[in-house]
Amino acid sequence: MLDIQELEINMGPQHPATHGVLRIILKLDGEKIVGARPVIGYLHRGTEKIFESQTYSGNVPHTDRLDYTAAATSNHAYCGAVEKLLGIEVPRRARVVRVILDELQRIASHLIWLGTHALDIGAMTPFFYNFREREYILDLFEEFCGARLTLHCMKVGGVYDDLPPGWIEKLQRFIEVFDKAVWDYEDLLTGNRIWKQRTIGVGVISPEEAIDWGLTGPPLRGSGVKWDVRRALPYEIYPELEFDIPVGRNGDTYDRYLVRMEEMRQSSRILKQCIQKLEPGDVVAKGVRVLRPKPAEVYFSVEAPKGELGYHILSDGTDKPHRVKVRPPCFVNLQVLPALVKGHLVADVVAVIGTLDIVLGEIDR
Amino acid sequence: MSQNPPAGNPPAPAAVKKPGQPEWQDAAANPRAAALKAAFGGRVLDAKTYAGELTVWVEGAAVAEICARLKAEGYTYLVDIAGIHQPKVADKPFALSYLLHHWDTNGRLRLKVEFADGVEVPTVTGVWKTANWMEREAWDLLGIRFAGHPDLERILTWEGFNGHPLRKEFPIEGIDTGAAIYPDTYPEGGGPVKPKETPHA
Repeated sequence: MLDIQELEINMGPQHPATHGVLRIILKLDGEKIVGARPVIGYLHRGTEKIFESQTYSGNVPHTDRLDYTAAATSNHAYCGAVEKLLGIEVPRRARVVRVILDELQRIASHLIWLGTHALDIGAMTPFFYNFREREYILDLFEEFCGARLTLHCMKVGGVYDDLPPGWIEKLQRFIEVFDKAVWDYEDLLTGNRIWKQRTIGVGVISPEEAIDWGLTGPPLRGSGVKWDVRRALPYEIYPELEFDIPVGRNGDTYDRYLVRMEEMRQSSRILKQCIQKLEPGDVVAKGVRVLRPKPAEVYFSVEAPKGELGYHILSDGTDKPHRVKVRPPCFVNLQVLPALVKGHLVADVVAVIGTLDIVLGEIDR
Repeated sequence: MSQNPPAGNPPAPAAVKKPGQPEWQDAAANPRAAALKAAFGGRVLDAKTYAGELTVWVEGAAVAEICARLKAEGYTYLVDIAGIHQPKVADKPFALSYLLHHWDTNGRLRLKVEFADGVEVPTVTGVWKTANWMEREAWDLLGIRFAGHPDLERILTWEGFNGHPLRKEFPIEGIDTGAAIYPDTYPEGGGPVKPKETPHA
């Protein structure tokens, strides 16, 4: 049957709700979505090609620019892969500092997600609350490494420098403020009728489907799968830390929202434990200078705010990697978008893009 | 250490083995590798571990079949597919690394396939849905073709782009694609790049 009512429209690449330069070709029947095709690559900068032309240490700044809302975890995954490749032992203090930076970054990234996701759906107020606390985190980062967004705060073998004096006290003050602030965000949204109407039952995915699509991070846990790289394949000091892995029940946008809210609280809990575990010591392994690994192949991944972020490195005996393949969580998570929006309305596409928490810098590389 | 230790001092403690780069180790005895070898015989070529990661080399034509079996055994999550260009390996200049995750044991397994230029590798999109974009990426950036892929189109570069950027012969500065975006710098139809004018010199 010739369906004359079907309409094909472009959403993006210049659209405020696509969080960058994502283009989706939507096929509509009235306002109902019958098909969607994401078109990516508008931000492709050839980062994996650049990785092959720089030294192992020289590549770290480029990892900042992949997921620019979570540079610390990006640094961590890359440095961890090189350390695994070379068998470098990271000093204890550096491990604790790395976990502190990772968890701060997780909170900062989730705050951006919450602010923009709520803004997309039409709630403007949370944005101001979220960016107030995020500013505090960025100030902490700035004091530690001089940058606010593209941190470059880790290096192969540890972290760049020790924490500045007084930094831990500021971190403690932040945790105090933040623990109260999370409840402010929840007050605005969790019981909000409009918020619930826009998110409950939107973009539902079953646990089996989620695993088959390779989802990781909050989109996977929202479907009720209790899986987190920090527990499944532990790294740094995570085995010693107490934290819960929140999971959803229905696998919809609202559950993914609840999962991320609880993750922020758990990050704050981890930060408190890390402060207790911080002992004086070196922050970088000794003798990490010119890196010239023998031919080998490794993969190392961390739990980034968006999911499993991995670096796959092949060395060939020179001081430059033969191949670096990034496993970006957003690239894999975005792939499921057509399945999530089918049968919903155009306005729900915006909610689903928000709930997947994508960053195009990492998808397009 | 040119100086001799003064006589009478206790002997220096035995040198502690410095942690260095790990070594590749043969993994033919690994139960997972041995089970694969038993099931697929000659199509499983080699098995080694490095830094605790098991890598099993298999024949390109058998990869979809092996993946389907592994998925049935619990490897329900495909972590990543990495395409590799290795022009120094004369007869097998291309390779693919499939990283599989076992959901119950959290164990990981890497399947490695090496093949000549132009050889089509069977797609694993029928095994895991997530393989779709990963294979599209390997096609786009390295020019590896997958037989049976439902939608093998470019994904990170634009349609009509000429070349595969992650091949080693592709220049890092990029190529002149002939697109008349900056006609002052890149003349139409290719040719040498004109030097930039400096208006305020």
